[in-house]
Amino acid sequence: MNKILTSKWTKVVVFLLCLIPFGNLLWGAYQAFAGSNPNALGPNPIEFITHKTGDWILRFLLITLSVTPLRTLLKQPLLTRFRRMFGLYAFFYATVHFCVWFILDKMFNFSDMWQDVLKRRFITVGMLGLAVMIPLAITSTAGWVRRLKYKRWQRLHRLVYVAAIAGVIHYYWLVKSDVRLPLAYGAVLAVLLGFRIVHARMTTPAAKRPLAKVQA
Amino acid sequence: MLIRKAPDLRYSDVTPREVFMNRRRFMGAAAGIAGAGAALLGSESAEAATTKLANVVKSPLSTKDEKASSIEAVTTYNNYYEFGTGKDEPAHYAQEFKTNPWTLMVDGEVTNKKLFSYDDLFKIAPLEERLYRHRCVEAWSVVVPWIGFPLNALLKQVEPTSKAKYVAFETFYNTKQMPQGRLAGIPLPYKEGLRLDEAMHPLTILSVGLYGETLPPQNGAPIRLVVPWKYGFKGAKSLVRISLTSSQPPSTWNISAPQEYGFYSNVNPAVDHPRWSQATERRLGDLFRRKTLPFNGYGDQVASLYSGMDLKKYY
Repeated sequence: MNKILTSKWTKVVVFLLCLIPFGNLLWGAYQAFAGSNPNALGPNPIEFITHKTGDWILRFLLITLSVTPLRTLLKQPLLTRFRRMFGLYAFFYATVHFCVWFILDKMFNFSDMWQDVLKRRFITVGMLGLAVMIPLAITSTAGWVRRLKYKRWQRLHRLVYVAAIAGVIHYYWLVKSDVRLPLAYGAVLAVLLGFRIVHARMTTPAAKRPLAKVQA
Repeated sequence: MLIRKAPDLRYSDVTPREVFMNRRRFMGAAAGIAGAGAALLGSESAEAATTKLANVVKSPLSTKDEKASSIEAVTTYNNYYEFGTGKDEPAHYAQEFKTNPWTLMVDGEVTNKKLFSYDDLFKIAPLEERLYRHRCVEAWSVVVPWIGFPLNALLKQVEPTSKAKYVAFETFYNTKQMPQGRLAGIPLPYKEGLRLDEAMHPLTILSVGLYGETLPPQNGAPIRLVVPWKYGFKGAKSLVRISLTSSQPPSTWNISAPQEYGFYSNVNPAVDHPRWSQATERRLGDLFRRKTLPFNGYGDQVASLYSGMDLKKYY
């Protein structure tokens, strides 16, 4: 098992797998706009791309957040090797998601964009999610972990919780009446964040807990 | 001078009917394999889904300077929550929807209430083709060659009484045929309403077909309302009852989210949906957005219906 997890080929394979949704969209876009099948991305290709990339942002955020619980539950510390890649893929799909909206919906119009960000709460919260992912992507390298010192780096990277919560709310506020999918993403996120709270309580030495102090 | 008439090209000439039907049969078969042997049933009802409509005249009230959207866009990108909330779901889940036999009751504040059978629906008034822009409240649009007749032709037959001020529309709902409806998140059966003068306006039609054929089930077969200057959701599908009323009837989206969807719901670029702008729209098939027109471009004909009304208040 360790051999598989440490092999650089596993990383290459996982990297390519994560790229498949993007490849599908590129292929679909080529067929729709330059190829033989104008319906390859459905009748509303821009919406299709926006929704698909949006889905993959949330999925990659949830995958990223499940690395730590899985590492603990499966006792496989080497799983951490893939966490940064998943996180960066979430950021990558978020960037595509944003660009499609900014270029094809807002047509490069900054004032129009800001108006939307300030006026529409689902866009406000979506932008918040994207904004907090930017420092995380920048400081994702080993060099930055060293420069910030691990403790501070870790505290900064807890912003990923904010990004995921913002993403789920963004989706929930967007849909008209059928909230099943946003609620499903929210439920998985709740489990992943809940695990961290429970795990932290279980592993913190009793003496460090405020309640324990009072009892002592 | 003799001017040769251009040959009449039918919509079905663009995508041959056989090809279209074969594709459906293939989809039906694929669904059948997945659904363990329902293939025959699926493909047969799909074949019965639409038939060619004869004796249709082109209406002078058709929208000028517009070209019909692709039949794929109009028939595979639908909001029909009884058959699922995804845009592609109605085209998939509505294929076995039974539209014949059918009954449409027209009653309420009328002196001559009437019950129409499936065959009657096509004989209420001469059928005409009307090319209309169709603007969804979600800020996308299409251009549809509807086939139908003015709603006022029907209303005149039932003779509204002096108490009639509004028209209420109720649509078919049955969870056996529409199991996805349970998850729609809106109260069903779907209800809509118009003021009587809106209902009597010559642009308001009941549609029984598009692209030269009867309506596909996902577009609201066998009969639906089309009000081109209002957001698409006002056009209630698969009508089973039309009632004339003395007070303003309830409408489904207005009940579900009154701050987002008003009773009037006229297309208005100046009044945003609380969650998105209505200033622009994406025409299916276009890459970039275009400006949305007041009353969806039908202001010359219909703006007078609302003179003196604050359309920001009565959105």
